[in-house]
Amino acid sequence: MTSVEKLEARFEEILANDEKVEPRDWMPEAYRKTMIRQIAQHAHSEVIGQQPEGNWVTRAPTLKRKAILMAKVQDEAGHGLYLYSAAETLGISRHELNELLHSGRQKYSSIFNYPTLSWADIGAVGWLVDGAAITNQVMLTRTSYGPYARAMIRICKEESFHQRQGFEIMMTLTSGTEAQKAMAQDALNRWWWPSLAMFGPPDAESTHTEQSVAWKIKLETNDELRQKFVDMSVPQAELLGLTLPDPDLIWNEERGHYDFGPIDWDDFWQVVKGNGPCNRERIEHKVKAWDDGAWVREAATAHAERQARRAAAAAPAQEAA
Amino acid sequence: MSYDVPAIEGEVEAELSGAPGGLPLWEVFVRADRGLNHVHCGSVHAADADLALRNARDVYTRRREGVSIWVVPSSQISASDPDTKEAWFDTDHPYRHPTFYEIPDEVGHM
Ligand SMILES: [Fe+2]
Ligand SMILES: [Fe+2]
Ligand SMILES: [Fe+2]
Repeated sequence: MTSVEKLEARFEEILANDEKVEPRDWMPEAYRKTMIRQIAQHAHSEVIGQQPEGNWVTRAPTLKRKAILMAKVQDEAGHGLYLYSAAETLGISRHELNELLHSGRQKYSSIFNYPTLSWADIGAVGWLVDGAAITNQVMLTRTSYGPYARAMIRICKEESFHQRQGFEIMMTLTSGTEAQKAMAQDALNRWWWPSLAMFGPPDAESTHTEQSVAWKIKLETNDELRQKFVDMSVPQAELLGLTLPDPDLIWNEERGHYDFGPIDWDDFWQVVKGNGPCNRERIEHKVKAWDDGAWVREAATAHAERQARRAAAAAPAQEAA
Repeated sequence: MSYDVPAIEGEVEAELSGAPGGLPLWEVFVRADRGLNHVHCGSVHAADADLALRNARDVYTRRREGVSIWVVPSSQISASDPDTKEAWFDTDHPYRHPTFYEIPDEVGHM
């Protein structure tokens, strides 16, 4: 065996034993690249995902809801940072990841390119978008790259609060006036299909799936996760007294799952390609926040340098004393 | 999957330079409670140790996950080489374990 073959064999052995790949292990270049791309996109999604909800912080209906929403948005920032930290163990800097996002060379989940038009959207996003994220992320707690799996465990612990607060908002609205019920139904109508599309293209058309499954990055396919999510959501919608906007939705006794109608993949690809309702706004806002913060980073660096100079100047005097 | 944005046809994979940049990187260790060790939990970027501690507090302990935090510049950590794992950690011998020794039952718990 050549030394590369030996390394490859060791890597395959780690995967076969369901052990984790750790930062300083040898790994195939393609695995490293795939991992960086996926963790980075996940991190970018968490960070950009603050915007649709941040949009309602100042207009939350009560002080309690406002405090909850701020805590949730802060969590999403934290999720982004756990993930950037994991990505950095693969030999890329956060600085570079930032630039890749800002220049559009790396993407984030398309779901965050839809607008949050009413307060009910905050309920629908927590219930459905965080719900879909949990379905995906629970699987990823068992992914093969150690730092990514550990970040996912942290994140999953926090996500359940996100989904429950969203569901509670929906419950409050559906037990309210007719207008409030209508508001909840309208939000559900707009968020349902994008939430299903969040799981990605059907397995038959997913180019990366096979390799990702072989590397144990992905343990369930897009369609499997989507089905799980639909099966979970139907009884929840019933409980709320809301109607899922899908005339084809029906229980399939034989499969033991709900059948559901076709997803509009043209719309999905339009949004991925940058033509969604909010793509431009989201990146512009992110870049502006980064640029506006430049003076803070510069001031902190200048302060750190001065403190270091002072400490260096004081050190010999202390020794002499 | 939800955050794995599919590649668009003809999309060029972003070239990664791996070049550093931005504020220094710090490794974060959190003690969950009195009586426990500090455990590594991730990293933060910050200009100096004070700010690294504050950032670590905000990022890693929003729900009372800790009672104490350490931050260490990532560049200051020395690590063993994973490729020499066998030679380094194959120091186990049966006589290091209590079950190696035959003691009569009458002795009781030992
Ligand atoms: Fe999140
Ligand atoms: Fe998430
Ligand atoms: Fe969340």
